[in-house]
Parts: sequence; C-alpha cells; structure tokens
Amino acid sequence: MAEVNMNTEIVQPENLVYKRTELLTPNALSYCPGCGHGTTHRIIMEVIEEMGIQSETIGIAPVGCSVLAYDFMNIDMQQAAHGRAPALATAVKRLNPGKFVFTYQGDGDLAAIGTAETIHACNRGENIVIIFINNGIYGMTGGQMAPTTLPGMKSSTSPYGRDVAMMGNPLKITELVAQLPGTLYVTRQAVHTPVAVRKAKKAIRKAFENTKLNKGLSFVEVVSNCNSGWKMTPRKANEWMVDNMFAFYPLGDIKVNE
Amino acid sequence: MKELRLMKGNEAFAEAAIRAGADGYFGYPITPQSEVMEYLMAQKPHERTGMIVLQAESEIAAINMVYGGAATGKRVMTSSSSPGISLKQEGISYLCGAELPCLIMNAVRGGPGLGTIQPSQSDYFQSTKGGGHGDYRLLVLAPSSVQEMADFAGLGFDLAFKYRNPVLVLSDGAIGQMMEKVYLEPQRPRFTDEEILKNTPWATTGITPGRERNIITSLALESAKMEQHNLALQAKYRKMEEDEVRFEKIGCEDADYAFVAYGTSARICQKAIQLAREQGIKVGLMRPITLFPYPRKVISEMASRVKGILVVEMSAGQMVEDVRLAVNGRLKVEHFGRFGGIIPSPVEVVEALKKQIIGG
Repeated sequence: MAEVNMNTEIVQPENLVYKRTELLTPNALSYCPGCGHGTTHRIIMEVIEEMGIQSETIGIAPVGCSVLAYDFMNIDMQQAAHGRAPALATAVKRLNPGKFVFTYQGDGDLAAIGTAETIHACNRGENIVIIFINNGIYGMTGGQMAPTTLPGMKSSTSPYGRDVAMMGNPLKITELVAQLPGTLYVTRQAVHTPVAVRKAKKAIRKAFENTKLNKGLSFVEVVSNCNSGWKMTPRKANEWMVDNMFAFYPLGDIKVNE
Repeated sequence: MKELRLMKGNEAFAEAAIRAGADGYFGYPITPQSEVMEYLMAQKPHERTGMIVLQAESEIAAINMVYGGAATGKRVMTSSSSPGISLKQEGISYLCGAELPCLIMNAVRGGPGLGTIQPSQSDYFQSTKGGGHGDYRLLVLAPSSVQEMADFAGLGFDLAFKYRNPVLVLSDGAIGQMMEKVYLEPQRPRFTDEEILKNTPWATTGITPGRERNIITSLALESAKMEQHNLALQAKYRKMEEDEVRFEKIGCEDADYAFVAYGTSARICQKAIQLAREQGIKVGLMRPITLFPYPRKVISEMASRVKGILVVEMSAGQMVEDVRLAVNGRLKVEHFGRFGGIIPSPVEVVEALKKQIIGG
C-alpha cells in the first residue's frame, strides 16, 4: 500500500471547500460499503440544504434497504407500507400544498408491489418528486429477483439466471411513466462516479425546483448497484453495472417538459 | 343551531364530516356506500371549507393516502364496504402501529368474498379483534340510525385525535341507504396550521426551529423497543376500556330476558320488544354503541338480573362470543342471526327468543 503523506497544515477552516451536509444526521449509514444509497441520500440532502427548504420538506421512506432513510435524513419523514409511498405523498402534498414532498423508493417497492400507486400518482400529475433507486434486486430481503432484474441475471429466486420465458421480462417503468401526461420531468441517472454524481444532483435539484411550478410529477431514477446481492466486490459491481445495467437502462433525460 | 334534514345514512355521514372540519377524504367506489364520495364531490367541499376529496385508484391507495394525511396532523377519512375494508387492513395495521388518528366507515355487506351488496354484520370479528396483522385495536362505533351516522363523524374525529388511533364507524348497507330525519351540527372550523403545531406536535409538518425532526413509522427493529411500543398501545386500549364504553339500554328495568344487538339488528330488536311485550314477555335490549371497547361490565351486571340473553346479529354468530365472555357461563346466551344479506324480521326474533331462550 502506498504511503500517504498528509499535509495537515492545510486543514484550516478558511480552506474548507466541501463538508458533509448538516441535513444528514450523524448516524452511521446502515448500507453496505459501495452501495449507491448513501451517495444518493447525500445529494438529496445537499439539494434540500442548498434550496433552503429543510423546514418545508416532507420525505417518505419505503420498505426495503432504505426503510430506515429517516435515520439519516434530517427532515420530517414518514415511513410507508411496501409500495405505498406515492399514495402517502399524494395526500401529504394535497393537504399541504406549500410543502416539498418526495418519496424514496427501490425497484421492488416502486415497480412491483407499488406499481399501481406509482402509475396513478404519476398519471394524476401529483406535484411531488419520486426518487427511484434501481439496483435490479431485492437487497434487504437477501437478493431476490426484482421487477428490474436483467434477463439472465442471477438472484436468490432466479439462481440460474432470470429466464424471461418463465419469469417474465424486466420492467422499464421509467420509460412507462414518461408516457403519462402527469409527469413533467423523467430522467435516469447514476451515482458511481463523481461526474455521474454531479449530474444526478443536478437532476434532483431540477426535480425539486419543478415542485414550485405545480405542473406535474418529477421522477428521477438512479441506476445503482447491490454488491452484496450481486455477490461482487463494490468495484466489480460498478463495472458490471456500467456494462450490463446501463445497456438495458440507458442514462439520461427521458422527458423534459417546461 | 342544529339543522334538520331528511337524508340517507351515507349522505348524513358525509355532510357531518364536512361540518366536523374534515381536511381530506380519500375513497374508492363500492356498493353500498358510494353515496359518501358522490355526496362529497357534489358538495364541492373545497369551496365550502377547503376540504380535499380524492378518488383513489384502489382502497389500498385510499387508506395509505389517509396515512400520509393523518401523519401531517390533518383530519382525514375514508369509507368503504366489506371487500374494500379487507383491502384496507394493511393500511389500518400501519395506522395503528404509527398511532395516527383517522376516521374509517365500513358499510358492511354480506360476505365472504364478493358476497352480496345487501346489509350484513359479518365484519364484527374483523372490526373488533384486529383484522390486519399485529396486536392492535380500533375504537369501533356502531350507529343504529341516520342520526348516529352523522353524530359519529364528529365524535369519531374527536376520539381519533384523543387517542391517536383510527376510529371505525361500523355501519351496514341498511343504515347507509335508509333515509331518516337528522339534526346536523353547525360547521366546525378546520384545524389551522397553528392548531396543528400545538395539538399534534408529533406531526410531520416540516421541521420547525427548536424541535427535532418528526418521524412517523410503525417500525422498530429492536425487539425490546417494539415490546415497549406494544405495551404502550395496550395501555392506550385499556384506557379506552375505562373511559369510552358507550351503550344504550331499552326496556331493561323490568326485563326477564334481554336482547343484545347493535346497529340494524338493534333496530329490529326494538320492534321485537314491543311484539314480545304484547304477548306478555318482558324483554329488554342492551345495545352496545362501542364494539371496542366492549360494554362487558354492563352485560355482566345484566346477567345477574335476567333469565336468558339472545344475541341478535346479521352474522353466523360473532358478537355472541363477547357476550358469552362477559356472562362467563352464568346464564344461557344464545345467538340468532340471518346472514348473506338477509335482515331478520321482528317476528322471527320473538320466535327465536321463545324457542331458544324461554322454551329451550
């Protein structure tokens, strides 16, 4: 291992260019090392801090690995039943129209058990933000096949790979919701490199800014990894994600209405 | 000043909810209670009071909208009928776990399954013993008139906020559909933002200066913490049992026998009392108004004064179990019921009393 030569003299307040946002609690993240949840949490909280809307924001946590998102996000939060976050968010926003409301959901939550709630919240054009973490697997329950698991991809309930003839096809729900008149902004991002993180943060900022327009729902998919569930090292998982997940779930804006 | 109107039970419930200062209604159409949402939509409550009414994509979405709204300290409600209420059970369990106040109305129809659209009382177990997963209780109010449909909307909201617990108004197709005169309360204002901050400091209204973030959840992964949460819930339910038991006694002073019945069955029994007394049979009615907390003590006391109890229900015999628990073997307790959407006639009820209790 290379020797690290730290020049501690430059660690002075006046040289501070970046720090952990205070909108993340001091609690240690419960996510696996290398998982994209932590980074996504951070950029959402940075956006809320930069917009100065901490006291006006209500977040909805799902069921899945991010069920405890409220342990890390220093804002008022509600925990939803599996898949139901968009229904909660609908009522929160309609009853509190001045607030910023977002859901944070994984692929099983949003694209399997919560498909109806997702599609109808999008179609009604609720003025909320949906952050959708797609890692192609059920992480928390131990790596089962998700609605977004790629063809041939192994999981604990598709141990020989997803056989689409038997198990059905992965669902590109982001392309699907982009078809609906109620969505204003639909984009697919990633957080595996500094460049991707900057782009994803910009997209999340745009999504939250859109809330003020009252013109519909903003939907930000973050294609992420699950190195534990995929049974790969963090680095290998990111490489596999770039080669396979991005090929099926290409990054970029899908719908941008003004 | 109360206003006198002639209304269906479902409409009276909806109108009373607006007047009780409801902030939001979230529902999905199902017979025999679709009049609730139809009435609300026609009333434009958004213009009257600012109340939000939204037709959801399913009963599941509707009850979760109730969860989201309740978690912001608002007076929110839903209504449905038996199959739809079954779909809401997940959400109801979460609402109880997260201790959120809300008002739910079930216009019970005959089951199981898709069953029938005719009135029934076969959801008693589901309403009073759990229904969803986990150890929880709903506070259950059973109206037997259009007037009580109206009264229990306001009372239901008040009790829900008093206990941070869902309140279920257990109606049925008959109470919901029949028209009676009803006295309506004057309009109560909706909660102001200041009142919500003051009265529901736990609500997720956005972090205000000087307070920690509020989290609404039913999750506690540590067993010790979850046990404490359950103990607190149980203490709350015991408190309801001490303070919120409601019932009505009719003709019990000189009674040799007693009917125990709620809702529509209690209305039938009132007529049956008249018929029986014309035949020289002294029978009274004990009508539980709260099905949880259940008036066990009153029934226990009554058991030492009458010779037999007939429990009349539009079910195969559900509440009869609670009456037997209260009586604890000291007295003959029998069940008479019609089900599948059939309402028993007063004559049938008197015959059942003679056959099963007096002559049996």
